[in-house]
Amino acid sequence: MAAQTNQPMVEARGLGRTFRTRTGDVEAVAGVDFAVQAREVVGFLGPNGAGKTTTQRMLSTLLAPTSGEATVAGCDLRRNPVGVRRRIGYVAQGGSTNPNALCDEELVLQAQLYGLGAEEAGRRAADICARLDLADLGARQIKTLSGGQRRRLDVALGLVHGPGLVFLDEPSTGLDPQSRANLWTHIRGLRDELGTTVFLTTHYLDEADALCDRILIIDHGRIVAEGTPDQLKRRISGDLVIFTVGPEAERARGVLAGRPGVREAVPHDGTVRVTVERGEEGALPLMRALDAAGIPVASMQIARPTLDDVFLTLTGHSLRDQPAAEGRRPS
Amino acid sequence: MSAWREARLVFRQQLRLSWRQPVWAVLALIQPLLYLALFGPLLRPLTHTPGFPPGSSWSVFVPGLLIQLAMFGTMFVGFGLIAEMRYGVVERMRVTPASRMALLMGRVMRDAVVLVGQAVLLIAIATVFGLRAPLLGLAAVLVIVLLLGISLSSFSYAAGLKLRSEDALAQLLNSLAVPLLLRSGILLPMSLAPRWLYLLSRLNPFSHVVDGARAAVRGDFGSGSIAVGFIAALGLAIAGVAVGTRTFHRETN
Ligand SMILES: Nc1ncnc2c1ncn2[C@@H]1O[C@H](COP(=O)(O)OP(=O)(O)OP(=O)(O)O)[C@@H](O)[C@H]1O
Ligand SMILES: [Mg+2]
Repeated sequence: MAAQTNQPMVEARGLGRTFRTRTGDVEAVAGVDFAVQAREVVGFLGPNGAGKTTTQRMLSTLLAPTSGEATVAGCDLRRNPVGVRRRIGYVAQGGSTNPNALCDEELVLQAQLYGLGAEEAGRRAADICARLDLADLGARQIKTLSGGQRRRLDVALGLVHGPGLVFLDEPSTGLDPQSRANLWTHIRGLRDELGTTVFLTTHYLDEADALCDRILIIDHGRIVAEGTPDQLKRRISGDLVIFTVGPEAERARGVLAGRPGVREAVPHDGTVRVTVERGEEGALPLMRALDAAGIPVASMQIARPTLDDVFLTLTGHSLRDQPAAEGRRPS
Repeated sequence: MSAWREARLVFRQQLRLSWRQPVWAVLALIQPLLYLALFGPLLRPLTHTPGFPPGSSWSVFVPGLLIQLAMFGTMFVGFGLIAEMRYGVVERMRVTPASRMALLMGRVMRDAVVLVGQAVLLIAIATVFGLRAPLLGLAAVLVIVLLLGISLSSFSYAAGLKLRSEDALAQLLNSLAVPLLLRSGILLPMSLAPRWLYLLSRLNPFSHVVDGARAAVRGDFGSGSIAVGFIAALGLAIAGVAVGTRTFHRETN
């Protein structure tokens, strides 16, 4: 392995890609800087068209960057693309198999193209099939597999040679909850048992939250935030403290708005929803303030924002209402 | 050396895939066989026309059919590559360290093997119809067919990779195939044509390939035609592989 232990597995410096199209240039990735450390599971989160796939395709040598540079698994992306290819695995967003081929055939071939001998390739193929619940499907033609089975095969094809670094582009698309959980277990196992570094993209906030050590949020080709799931949730949206105050909601808002640590206070349906930096510490002083103003509080609730809320705050649109997103582009 | 190994791996996989759908390889034989059955007998009276090359009508007609098979059997392989690109298979292979040339040549080798199999079958059937040819001549014609197949399949892959669309590839092939077919004297020898057309056809390397194939089948080892045809076919093969490899490098790097 060319990568030294304290060197990042992926380091992008001003990496960018502009596509020339008939209708003009599309700046898909606008010069991003980031690093992925060895043994880290990093999630790349962003709405459709944000530039996730383009970034991953550049890092896996499939697409030439139009600006910047990167080091991947210890190899310079531009000068040593073959070195990069030797050390990585890549699972594309859109599938990777010939419908007329058999599962085993494709897996063994893929492992052999990475230089493994036939026997070793066969063993690895069987192993990855067992881990991803494909064991009985080896001799099946790929066109007879279900969508989720085919997706698991795509993932298996990217992992069969045991790479130290893998790029997974929306690996869990189309998987049922059980297969998704199984995939998560496998990805965690890769990191914990084999020390594999994983860089994945996802639309599923719960997936990023549950699986990733760190998250990069990308929008319009730029990285707009970066941190652990907890950090992001805390830093960007703060916590939500909800007081049930009945008819006094409007007055409660007046009391709480502008107090130190309060970002926002919104009356809503007999409650006042207050956004604070840290819910656990911020709630009590607010409670006392309401008390002092003579507003009775029926109940109090602290809610952690979901990554979806984070997303909304950062990009101005929610992950789940993408069609509406276009109209709300920050100018 | 690892490129050779990789090419063989791709070749084996491609061959398995072809084997699984033998219908295509058989369909490609239908046209030449129909020509053989329906068109061949028509040629017999022509053998006495001035300008008709020496030899029986079969030894003039069958080499033309073989070259036609080589052209039409391999010209369209680019469509298969476009399908593979759509499936994501090409990208999956590109992300491995395998040599780009191997990814191309593995496929070309499959096409060449399928083609030679078809050619042998066609020769066998033509023998039943009445073709008589020396074994050495038949071997020579198979080599020419092989080289031509390598050339056209490489060109076709390059075009498919570059155009990335079935429609565009179909238009390109349509505009190339018919003139090539008519002008190279595949069906009727160009020696029957008026002098200006004959001279024009000499500029087309395919017509030399066809002449070489005819000379081989009638056992005319003394004339230079076989050598010229072989060199033309070899030149086309080298050009095809060079263009194909370059395109694979360029489009996939
Ligand atoms: N080959 C191409 N030619 C022109 N534009 C392209 C090309 N590939 C991608 N784009 C554009 O670049 C932008 C980023 O696309 P990309 O595929 O990286 O997005 P993504 O974040 O992966 O989105 P999704 O979540 O939908 O997969 C989009 O606006 C897309 O239309
Ligand atoms: Mg994508």
